[in-house]
Amino acid sequence: MRVIRLRSAVCTLGRFPALAGVDLDVDTAEILLVSGPNGAGKTTLLRLCAGLLPLRAGTAEVLGVDLATDRKRIRRAVALVGHETFCYDDLTVVENLRFAARAAGRTAADADAAIERVGLARVAHVAHGRLSQGQRRRLALANALARAPRLLLLDEPHAGLDEDGRAVLESVVRGAPAEGCTVVLASHELDLARGIATREVELIAGQVRAAAVDAPRTEVPV
Amino acid sequence: MTFVREAMLVAGKDLRIERRSRVALQQIVPFGGIVVLVFAFALDSDRTLLSRAAPGLFWAAVLLAMILAIGRSFAVEEANRARDGLRLSGLDGGAIFLGKAAAVAAELLVLEVVVGIAVVVMYDVTLRGALVLVCAGIAATVGLAATGTVYGVLAGGLRARETLVPLLVLPAVMPVMLGATRSFQAALDGAPGDAWPWVQLLVAFAVLIVAAGTVAFGPLLEEA
Repeated sequence: MRVIRLRSAVCTLGRFPALAGVDLDVDTAEILLVSGPNGAGKTTLLRLCAGLLPLRAGTAEVLGVDLATDRKRIRRAVALVGHETFCYDDLTVVENLRFAARAAGRTAADADAAIERVGLARVAHVAHGRLSQGQRRRLALANALARAPRLLLLDEPHAGLDEDGRAVLESVVRGAPAEGCTVVLASHELDLARGIATREVELIAGQVRAAAVDAPRTEVPV
Repeated sequence: MTFVREAMLVAGKDLRIERRSRVALQQIVPFGGIVVLVFAFALDSDRTLLSRAAPGLFWAAVLLAMILAIGRSFAVEEANRARDGLRLSGLDGGAIFLGKAAAVAAELLVLEVVVGIAVVVMYDVTLRGALVLVCAGIAATVGLAATGTVYGVLAGGLRARETLVPLLVLPAVMPVMLGATRSFQAALDGAPGDAWPWVQLLVAFAVLIVAAGTVAFGPLLEEA
């Protein structure tokens, strides 16, 4: 099944066309790496696929939903790990995650399981505002996992993570296809990202310039 | 999850944040008290005037403190781009509106009790017409919280939101100020019969703004 289908997709930030006619197909259980220089439109592409930005021209379908007409409908099935955590400074790790999980129609148990999975159990009752940068990155990942998404969008997921955190991230991404989850990650840390991606496309000046190339295949743990 | 449960989830989240940060308790409520004190100093030479003007001064203090509460309610959504998390959550825009407005209304009710006590003590006011005071107070609070929440999200994404929110909200809540002041005045004067038309105005305003906010909040959250 095709999870993402973009044809001549245009997305603007103000008047600037951050995506200037993108063609892209992503199938179920793929792990797609989107590479490209700063300002290429990687973050915009992820935010468009999350339904956070409006499509200005072209066509875009995510999980079978036309983003031009009903981009809000996909949001419960999509999780975005961006540069920020989307969390509240005064709430604890567990409170933030339980709110996100319940809002997405999941349970408190899903939130607790996500905390365990990313190794934040020790700071589960610490306020978000008191977490280190690395712990916040893990929390952002847990926030996504607690929603049990069908499409996981990761924007620079390696940034700010220590060795252990990167191992957790790698485990989550490699395990995603087995859970029926498709992953799209934008990264500048190409060595790390290519190690877990099953395919790579390069975005330059808001367009997929380079033909899709296969990244080194990785084994998906059973 | 039902619409009501979604609204309760958002309200619970906002109230938990306020309970934890204590901004409402330690800054907004004292601010309301200070405004009452300022009026007392400004009009101290004329105790009769202070007592007569008490309803208007009370609601002016509540209104000014409400501006702070609205600013705070949306400031927490801007930090860490929590607003995007709210949008991604898939929660209904109308439910988010009701939840945020309910949380602000709860904070305002606490504020009104404290400011009310300060007014009674400092302005030498004798309380009468308790039923009118309670009904008018609740209707006015709902109207203020809902109006503030609509304009709060409208200005939320803008850099100048701190100064823009008062400019937008204050003219919009003039019917509330008028109705609340007049109904309180009538109740305190011992003529509760004169107050009910004003209470009806407050209820009508509250119903209209809650309905409008429930419909409009989702699109405003997307565009702001």
